[in-house]
Amino acid sequence: MNRVFSRAGSLLAVAVTMTACLFSPSIAAAKKLNVITATTDLAALVQEVGGDKINVESMAKGYQDPHFVEAKPSFLLKLRQADLLVVVGLQLEIGWLPPLITQCGNSRIQVGANGYLDASQFAEILEIPQGAITRAMGDVHPLGNPHYWLDPDNGRRVAKGIAAKLAEMDSEDAAYFQQRDQDFERRLAEADKKWLAAMAPYRGRKVITYHNSAPNFAHHFGLNVVGFVEPRPGIPPTPSHTLEVINMMKRDHVKLIMVEPYFDRKTPDSIARESGGTVVEYLPSVGGVKEVTTYFQLFDYDIALLTKAFQANP
Amino acid sequence: MKPFTLVCVVTLFAVGACAQQGNTASSGQDTAALEQKVRDLEDRLVALEGQVRVLKAQAGQAPAATPGATSAETASQTPAPGESVAAAPSPVSLGGAGGSAAKALNPDISMIGDFVSYAGGNSIRPSPALEMHESELGVQAIIDPYARGDFFLTFGETGVGVEEGYITFTALPGSFVARVGKMRSAFGKVNGMHNHVLPFVDRPLVSQNLVGGEDGIDDAGLSVERIIPFPKGIFLSATGQVFRGDSGAGDELVFQSHQKSDVSTVAHLRGYGDLNESTNLELGLSYARGHNELGTNFITSLYGVDATVRWKPLRRAIYHSFVGRSEFIWSQRQQAPFEQRAFGMYGSAEYQFHRRWFVGGRYDWSDRPREANLTDKGGSAILTYWPSEFSQIRGQYRYTDYAGNHKTNELLLQLLFSLGAHGAHPF
Repeated sequence: MNRVFSRAGSLLAVAVTMTACLFSPSIAAAKKLNVITATTDLAALVQEVGGDKINVESMAKGYQDPHFVEAKPSFLLKLRQADLLVVVGLQLEIGWLPPLITQCGNSRIQVGANGYLDASQFAEILEIPQGAITRAMGDVHPLGNPHYWLDPDNGRRVAKGIAAKLAEMDSEDAAYFQQRDQDFERRLAEADKKWLAAMAPYRGRKVITYHNSAPNFAHHFGLNVVGFVEPRPGIPPTPSHTLEVINMMKRDHVKLIMVEPYFDRKTPDSIARESGGTVVEYLPSVGGVKEVTTYFQLFDYDIALLTKAFQANP
Repeated sequence: MKPFTLVCVVTLFAVGACAQQGNTASSGQDTAALEQKVRDLEDRLVALEGQVRVLKAQAGQAPAATPGATSAETASQTPAPGESVAAAPSPVSLGGAGGSAAKALNPDISMIGDFVSYAGGNSIRPSPALEMHESELGVQAIIDPYARGDFFLTFGETGVGVEEGYITFTALPGSFVARVGKMRSAFGKVNGMHNHVLPFVDRPLVSQNLVGGEDGIDDAGLSVERIIPFPKGIFLSATGQVFRGDSGAGDELVFQSHQKSDVSTVAHLRGYGDLNESTNLELGLSYARGHNELGTNFITSLYGVDATVRWKPLRRAIYHSFVGRSEFIWSQRQQAPFEQRAFGMYGSAEYQFHRRWFVGGRYDWSDRPREANLTDKGGSAILTYWPSEFSQIRGQYRYTDYAGNHKTNELLLQLLFSLGAHGAHPF
């Protein structure tokens, strides 16, 4: 019996040491906090309040559909080094992030640990479904619409939440983060005044979006999203639905189709041709085009794009 | 309930402030101050709402609000009368206290149906015309702050098996990730995949001949994995596994344990690198060793090399992708009178040419492990249509040239459908 155990034990030891002997001693913790975010918008907000006291990187790119990110092992390397993981939440990342968190071997950022921050808790969430939901409705997010960062008010709230978290994790620099957050709030309030003024003439304008990714943007800037190119969230366009959209646009004089950069332009372009409308490729995220690298530039870009399109299509 | 009271108080306060704003709009300074105040109150309201959501999630009251309010709201929001809506969630009272709370802490449950139809004759590996090939029940949850649990029970047409059932320790010191339970071993790529994530209806010939068929090396034991730091953004991870030593059955048997010390071991080294943001390359080395059915003194060793190249343009990630994959496997099996050395491989490619359409092909070549001078060869072509992310319909044409000049032509039709919250699969 003893022999059995010693043999099994030695085999086990071999297996463990085989893995163990291959790694170098872990590097002493760097002074800067390492923050990794699911999306570029969160990274931009972390950068605003964290300044040069943190390193931040986003897993998804700004021109990528955040629902469908590949769970690449290279993300594991980044998650492994992270002190803080900031996620959009509301099940936006459910298709790719959970296995990465499980596999990364970093106990600091596991769900519920101190280094895991779900930013949705700070934001105003729209379209929380009431009652029974089924997949017949498409990819409905049961916890509400996760595209909440496109409302500057939510940007302010999330930044404040991130600042509080950074201050908690790095108490030496707490005052620095608070001060940067206040500065960000002030600049955002100023910019928002400008954005609202630019959009004021177009309040109540009806638009179509490809995916239901702009309810918070529409809520803040007073747009009226009356339909979607997708028949249901996450379901590709169908001919019959496309026809309905065309008829609706003609009937209700809807002129603008807002398309996220990661969707195929074919259907929206043909809808625009048939209905006499215009397609604008708006950015749902920072980094959607190269020039847009901050949270401010994101709104600058989208609002310039929309006001121009509204002017051209009265 | 306390957060709700707070929310109400704050709402009233905010409304009061708004009314006040109307009265004193004469002075611009006052207005600005009041606007600021309203904004602060709004922020506090949103923050409280967020806290309520977090508390609800923690206390496990699920997305639905208070039962009374929900049913009233659903009743008022009920769509077109003709449509049969699933009964409005009535307040279910389970036994004991906090019924709904207990329910919300239930694990994620999913069920995957795998229906296959075969046409064409095959006397070597006969298959039925219609078959509910597998029904896979997945039960997954985070166990505690230190671990998560995953169960996959497979119901064949005749029996039930635990395909996998393991605990993963996610918070171990030294960045180790350990698993204990029954699991598909880390030998190569295809061996670790569940049936419903395979790019083809069937598994390659080499898996069937050398690595235990459909179940593969799937055994009770423990696994330790660790990422190895490596410069230049290269991902390197090593896995060591020890199993009881029983895998496969009948003709497809790989390992059999005759006494407690007849454990089998599996080691896997995986390297991954991004070539650019759309393309990546993964290489793996695998080794497995165990005792075969002839006795404790008869060892079977397997060696494997795998390579995968993936391409997915990020801007059009939902429309186009490509995966090319190949595995080479060598089997060294001690048996009387001579040791048998068999080799097998496959090469496969899968291209997504439309959001819902995939086309693929595979080449198969494999010796038989017990008579390595006998070789099976074959090829397949497949077309897959995804009506949504939760179902797939595929047709596969398969040509196999079994050793001894048995040539077969078959058509395989498969329907895969998934219910519930099946978690994402590892990359």
